[in-house]
Amino acid sequence: MVSQRLSGKNGVVRRVKGGIVYGLCLVAVVVGLFSLAVILFDAIQDGLPWFDLQFLTSLPSVLHPEQAGILAALWGSIWVVGLTALFSFPLGVGTAIYLEEYAPTNLLTSFIRLNIANLAGVPSIVYGILGLGLFVQALALGRSILAGALVMTLLILPIIIIASQEAVRSVPKAYREGAYALGATKWQVTRGVVLPQAFPGMLTGTILALSRAIGEAAPMIAIAALVFVRFIPTGPLDRFTVMPIQIYNWVNQPQAEFRGLAAAGILVLLIVLLGMNSIAIFIRNRYQKRAR
Amino acid sequence: MVNDVKIDVRNLNVWFGSNHVLKGIKIGFKPNAVTAVMGPSGCGKTTLIRAINRLNELIIGSRTTGEIYIDAENIYSKETSVFELRRRVGMVFQKPNPFPKSIYDNVAFGPKIHGLSDENELPITVERALREAALWDEVHDRLQDSALDLSGGQQQRLVIARALAVNPEIILMDEPCSALDPMATAKIEALMRKLAEKYTVIIVTHNMQQAARVSDYTMFMYLGEVVEYGITKSVFENPQSELTEKYITGEFG
Repeated sequence: MVSQRLSGKNGVVRRVKGGIVYGLCLVAVVVGLFSLAVILFDAIQDGLPWFDLQFLTSLPSVLHPEQAGILAALWGSIWVVGLTALFSFPLGVGTAIYLEEYAPTNLLTSFIRLNIANLAGVPSIVYGILGLGLFVQALALGRSILAGALVMTLLILPIIIIASQEAVRSVPKAYREGAYALGATKWQVTRGVVLPQAFPGMLTGTILALSRAIGEAAPMIAIAALVFVRFIPTGPLDRFTVMPIQIYNWVNQPQAEFRGLAAAGILVLLIVLLGMNSIAIFIRNRYQKRAR
Repeated sequence: MVNDVKIDVRNLNVWFGSNHVLKGIKIGFKPNAVTAVMGPSGCGKTTLIRAINRLNELIIGSRTTGEIYIDAENIYSKETSVFELRRRVGMVFQKPNPFPKSIYDNVAFGPKIHGLSDENELPITVERALREAALWDEVHDRLQDSALDLSGGQQQRLVIARALAVNPEIILMDEPCSALDPMATAKIEALMRKLAEKYTVIIVTHNMQQAARVSDYTMFMYLGEVVEYGITKSVFENPQSELTEKYITGEFG
């Protein structure tokens, strides 16, 4: 019933309900942000004394923590992520365009779509074991950067495909029809109208997927990236280590100094991650502005 | 009489899935004239004009039988290139749909996909199309601006220019003014009259005053069939069918 008075009980109850929901949401935000702040604070507190140019430019050392650095792992990560980007972007974008623009709508296509979504949820260690069997052994790539990058490619491909599919799907139908009505072929529509619109979404999806890859340790351990590396990799067939493994290795050392090194390593990893995410946001904003 | 027909639709049937949308349409559209296609929502007006540039084919589950001849050439024959057909038959949509590109690139898109890459020729084509669409004076000093910054009426004239840039013979317009204010509508209507001097223009419209103002011929459709077709003046003043009369007087629609 509609209350005739402006100060009815009904209004109070509704206001209280709204207040409760607001409070719960606020708690959720605070819990998340607080945990993040604690982790960050802890890492900075332990790592900052170790975080200097020497740390960034030195190789690891078992005996002298004060001389140890993350250089080998940083280069390893850059190599792996760089190659992964090179492989995964064209493959992921190509797959998404095929599935959205070209693939016939039949049972097989829906089966493929469903499985891509499933693949995105497979634990990363499974990809690591697959990579060990397929790339390291069967294809005889050895425990190389190339093998690592290929595993990472498999790992993040589903994420890139899904993000790119979303980007392609978000291109308004009116643009496609406009292009078709001018006599464009399917490729001309895709190339001239769909891709320019979908590109920022594809790129941000890829960069976010790569940020996941750079923090992954499990599949790299499976294909046995080295735990202790005293050289900088110079080519895709070199052996390597990556930052998460290096950090894990330092955490496992008995001396307290190594824990400081681990924290400093975490800082480097976080900075690289933040940098990649910023690039993603920058690209998205720039293209959105241009599109408008 | 036969020479006086630009588009000859013969026994056209279109289905979307099991929905029989167009039922044996027979009609001849006149060259260098504006023909208005009227009728209540869902009667198949849009489907009819989208059959003329074969845009219905983009819809999964659509099926078309019958023939449409443009200048005595069956556009549904196997030899017809649908891309060349759509170059000859331009289309303007209900909502202005410029691409999110510059004004220049919007108009240049069509010529480019049809192989015009001459750097000297392209700007001339773009200017000609923009002038023909009565937009040149408003945009000539900002061709590199985004087309999305234009007003709705300007956007609609831009997509008309985009269609004109590939030298079509026929212009299809699907309720081109339904998203525009009266001022912008007046400009588009004036443009339609001018375009009819050179092109065959077919417009779908819900607006009877508009049909009466701009069209030479009017066609009235109901439930996927042609009810009445003739010179606009006589269709409005002396409708042959009771159904048309009811629609015109606003008894249904």
